[in-house]
Amino acid sequence: MKDPGQWPMAARDYANTRYSNLDQINTSNASRLQLAWTFSVGADRGQEAAPLVVDGTMYVVGPYAGPYPNRVFALDATSGELKWSYAPKPEPAAAGVACCDVVNRGLAFDNGKVFLNTLDNHTVAIDAKTGKELWHTKLGEINTGETITMAPVVVKGKVLVGNSGGEMGVRGWVTALDENTGAIAWRAYATGPDKDVLIGDDFKPFYDSLKGKDLGVKTWPADRWQVGGGTMWGWISYDAELNLIYYGTANPSPWNANQRSGDNLWSTTIFARDPDTGRAKWAYQINPHDLFDHDEINENVLVDLELNGQPRKVLIHPGRNGYMYVMDRATGEVISADAFEFVNAYNGVDLKTGKIIPNEEKTPLAGKTVENICPAAPGAKDWQPTAWSPRTKLLYVPHQHLCMNFKASQVGYIAGTPYVGADVDMYAGPGGHRGEFMAWDPVARKKVWEIHEKLPVWSGALVTAGDVAFYGTMDRLFKAVDAKDGHVLWQFRAGSGFIGQPISYRGSDGQQYIAILSGVGGWPGVVANAEVDPRVRNGALGFVGATQDLPFYTAGGSELLVFKLGGANGEDTSHAPSK
Amino acid sequence: MRLRNSYPGIALGFLVGLATTAAAASDRELRVCADPNNLPFSNSAEAGFENRLAAMVAEHFGLQVSYTWWAQRRGFIRNTLKAGKCDVVMGVPSGYDLVETTKPYYRSSYVFVTRQDQHLELSSLLDPRLHHLAIGVHLIGDDGNNPPPAQALGEQGIVDNVRGYSIYGDYREANPPARLIEAVESGSLDVAAAWGPLGGYFAQRSLVPLTVMPIRDYERFAPQQFQFAIAMGVRKGDDALRDRLNAFIDEHRSEITSLLLSYGVPLVDQPAMVSGGHE
Repeated sequence: MKDPGQWPMAARDYANTRYSNLDQINTSNASRLQLAWTFSVGADRGQEAAPLVVDGTMYVVGPYAGPYPNRVFALDATSGELKWSYAPKPEPAAAGVACCDVVNRGLAFDNGKVFLNTLDNHTVAIDAKTGKELWHTKLGEINTGETITMAPVVVKGKVLVGNSGGEMGVRGWVTALDENTGAIAWRAYATGPDKDVLIGDDFKPFYDSLKGKDLGVKTWPADRWQVGGGTMWGWISYDAELNLIYYGTANPSPWNANQRSGDNLWSTTIFARDPDTGRAKWAYQINPHDLFDHDEINENVLVDLELNGQPRKVLIHPGRNGYMYVMDRATGEVISADAFEFVNAYNGVDLKTGKIIPNEEKTPLAGKTVENICPAAPGAKDWQPTAWSPRTKLLYVPHQHLCMNFKASQVGYIAGTPYVGADVDMYAGPGGHRGEFMAWDPVARKKVWEIHEKLPVWSGALVTAGDVAFYGTMDRLFKAVDAKDGHVLWQFRAGSGFIGQPISYRGSDGQQYIAILSGVGGWPGVVANAEVDPRVRNGALGFVGATQDLPFYTAGGSELLVFKLGGANGEDTSHAPSK
Repeated sequence: MRLRNSYPGIALGFLVGLATTAAAASDRELRVCADPNNLPFSNSAEAGFENRLAAMVAEHFGLQVSYTWWAQRRGFIRNTLKAGKCDVVMGVPSGYDLVETTKPYYRSSYVFVTRQDQHLELSSLLDPRLHHLAIGVHLIGDDGNNPPPAQALGEQGIVDNVRGYSIYGDYREANPPARLIEAVESGSLDVAAAWGPLGGYFAQRSLVPLTVMPIRDYERFAPQQFQFAIAMGVRKGDDALRDRLNAFIDEHRSEITSLLLSYGVPLVDQPAMVSGGHE
């Protein structure tokens, strides 16, 4: 979208930069940001969605909670006046299937339509003017463990959607729907034979280990790919010139790593595909035979860099495994992969073979207590999206700083099967802080500055042409920092902790606005808003140990907060600076 | 609205307070949370042995049984017992961390289920034939959760001849974990390694004669356990209900054992009776 005043998709642009070209709010006046208006989405669970703004209207979706789960609201982006709302009727059983809170990561807009994914596996098209449902298509089945939490992306008239549920033994896929009819155009699975993964003669992976027929079957024990995970609940980017979409797949399933010998393709894999046909052009597996739940659904940020004097079209993938991958996005070659966090679960990435080097000492084994595995299961960075500034040429990375102990001893019980599970205990990494917001230089391959946070930074990032970067903390602060040096310019204490995605847009009054949803939750936050006992450290797949104190900082909430320079709407804003 | 009732961090003691209130509110009812589609344990027709046991408990206390149904997967305890929707779950492992458990009322084992006409009589995890037979196991997706036979077979490198069945299965079908036993019945597997109550029950009802053998020789696979003592679960702090259930278990051991045997549950190492001669 050319108009810098709009925010038409969760990441704002196909390159996934989350960069706003607006510069009214800058490093010298950001301290004067004040609330313009607020709105409650009325659903008190984790608020991970990005609001969208198109033609003066803001569209926002709530999580699966409250009397109207996954409800969509259209608001006047300047005044906050409610224009319409759309309430789907998702199946109540969906909430029992979702693994890690019942979040929704946002909507998509294209061609006068708003696209919604409901937790119970429906994609819905809504008329953006009226709020009327135009079509809906069921893509998955909660009865087999599938849900949908990701924000859809529309590319060339196709709505792209992936499933969640790797914890339930499902088979991952990405599906393309016709934006006018909802008809399914193609579906690409992450496991199984080439015909299901949409791999053909035009598939050209860079590394030899990824060449061969039906690797999505052969790198698994017999038939195990059918419950193999590799779901897609994160981000999709798109390069119009190369006509390729990029996304990463999640961890292999099930946990019993010793019952899924092999690399388990195409889990934890970045795919480049033709959006028209879904056919894979290249792929790169990040964590072969994943042992740590290191999904790689994280965003792939598309930027053009000058590396060693050469212009390169790259994608930057901040890995869950703690490595910052810079890859040639035309070929899938890894140009560099540097640790951006404290990593001891791996010993680096071999750029010749493209393979990560595992640290055998940290392999979880039954009967053995493995202490101090870093990064922990949520990785060095999870779903929370980064932002890229073409002005500073830095990537702004919200992430966590956690290690874990793995002890196979806990007795668990599911559906009539008692078993031995691991006591996963997560805690702060070296230094004692659990989260960080940092700026990374992909050319110099190093961190430029960092801000330590008490709790994991589970919110997304935003950066603007005013050289201001924004992010939220789980202890209820929304912060504006100087994009060049990380100096904190402004912060706002909200009603509930932040795990949402900040955006920026221009109102009909010509003012620049900043918006984000407040409302703690998600995998690290269920201890504060759901029925997870903070005394049980290994609750929420071990995350409770790392956020046990969260209820002392925040409870749940559901507030959309909109800020601008100089205060509430309706007031005289003539003192607001203009450039 | 259950979410309002449980901000755990504001006061940790509040959960206990909630538990007491919930118990007091059910003077005429035994409020049970159970899976509506998971025989032999429970189903919505109340045909499982946990349903029958709940009826026995209720009758003993002069109460009516009321059910809150919820699929027994991840989040079951959190969404049912901890959310105050019921006061007891009829089957959990003894010492299960999420709840307060009663005395165990039975102890069972993982079993091998085979077709009688195959004459395999498998019972040892170290049996060399396991390297060649088509073996079925349940698999769990959650981090670090290992069904013991899947783990033990993997430790011996027995992988390629193992078929994985999602423990959750397809919930539209009846008793989804039972697909594992049906695969032995139909001949697509030589052997299933299953939790005893599931294996025993479906083997008992199979049209093809099946053999159920408790798995032995598992010591070297510790801490994978193959035998589990099963108890009832109440909310942590609900000592009054736990004590009443303990008294019931002590007084009705033989009836409970008869009930379990009628459902084909393989019982092992029944602990010595401590109830003072009611046996």
